[in-house]
Amino acid sequence: MQNSDDAGVYKISEDLALIQTVDFFTPIVDDPYWFGQIAAANALSDVYAMGGQPVTAMNLVAFPTKIMEFSVLRKIIQGGLDKLKEADVALVGGHSIEDNELKYGLSVTGFVHPKKYWSKHGLKPGDNLILTKAIGTGIISTAIKGGLTSVHIVEEITQLMATLNKQAALRMKNYPVNACTDITGFGLLGHLAEMVVDSGCSARIESGAVPVIKEAIEFAGMGLFPGGAFKNKQFRLPFVEYSDKVDPLLRDIFFDPQTSGGLLISIPEEYADQALADLRTHNCTKATIIGKIISDQKEKIYVV
Amino acid sequence: MSVTIDARGLSCPQPVLLTLNEIRNGNDPQILVLVDTDTSKENVIRAAASQGCEVNVEPSVSGEYRIAIQKDK
Repeated sequence: MQNSDDAGVYKISEDLALIQTVDFFTPIVDDPYWFGQIAAANALSDVYAMGGQPVTAMNLVAFPTKIMEFSVLRKIIQGGLDKLKEADVALVGGHSIEDNELKYGLSVTGFVHPKKYWSKHGLKPGDNLILTKAIGTGIISTAIKGGLTSVHIVEEITQLMATLNKQAALRMKNYPVNACTDITGFGLLGHLAEMVVDSGCSARIESGAVPVIKEAIEFAGMGLFPGGAFKNKQFRLPFVEYSDKVDPLLRDIFFDPQTSGGLLISIPEEYADQALADLRTHNCTKATIIGKIISDQKEKIYVV
Repeated sequence: MSVTIDARGLSCPQPVLLTLNEIRNGNDPQILVLVDTDTSKENVIRAAASQGCEVNVEPSVSGEYRIAIQKDK
């Protein structure tokens, strides 16, 4: 099967394929329980992004036993476990090592029908692009590290990052999805570029339609971008053409690396409005149609 | 009175965090920030402007910039 997708897919029989993925990282919020939840939501997301059903998971832990209380680890694991329960996924084991820096994540295994999984590579001219979560978590995380955020905004993005893409994926199974991915480290346009490569078509993004966390725009105005935003931008800029009226801040925000971001779904236009309404009434209140796929063979992203 | 922040060799968001910290907590009305990438320059300018400061940029040696920041009195 194809490589360069959100997770590995291995066909077992004519109607069953295995999906496997792994993800782990250093803490992005101070609260260990919520860090655990976010890490689990993030690891599970790759399975949802392929239209699969996650089934089992294993913990990956790197823990600085000499400088950190063991109770911190217990809270992280509890957070992960609670998120797995919400996803109906069984924790079947794990592995831990001692390390100077705390890291946590999971390896997740799921099932999908070998002919019905969602790839990144399936864009069709005329499709609409739906994004299911607001972007800007990388910028907010940077502001948190700089000690510039209020308790309120920390809570807001913690909730956002801990929200599973489960409902979004479940709802979209009722529609003929042509391509799907989840928005994580490469940022919105970085992940869209992966979809556009070799698709034979181009994307047109309405910059004003993209849902952005309000405070992220504020902090972006203070220059608080994570380093990854610029690496992403440099790497994928050859794919992107901005029209003159696009706000310079948004140009950078669109490359902001996300943790546990939403799904980006390409779906035929005639289903888009109904799918959107469906998503919005099922836990994806910020879901928005952010653009469309056009039959321009240059494989570009036009941001207007 | 002026203070210099040498942020050359530092990657984002460090130059911005150092600049914001000096603007908010430092005593000197003038701050000179040295950076060596375009993105750092751009973001330090954004940081200073967001705090109501006057900003002037001059290129120094190739690829490096001296950003002069005048705090609002």
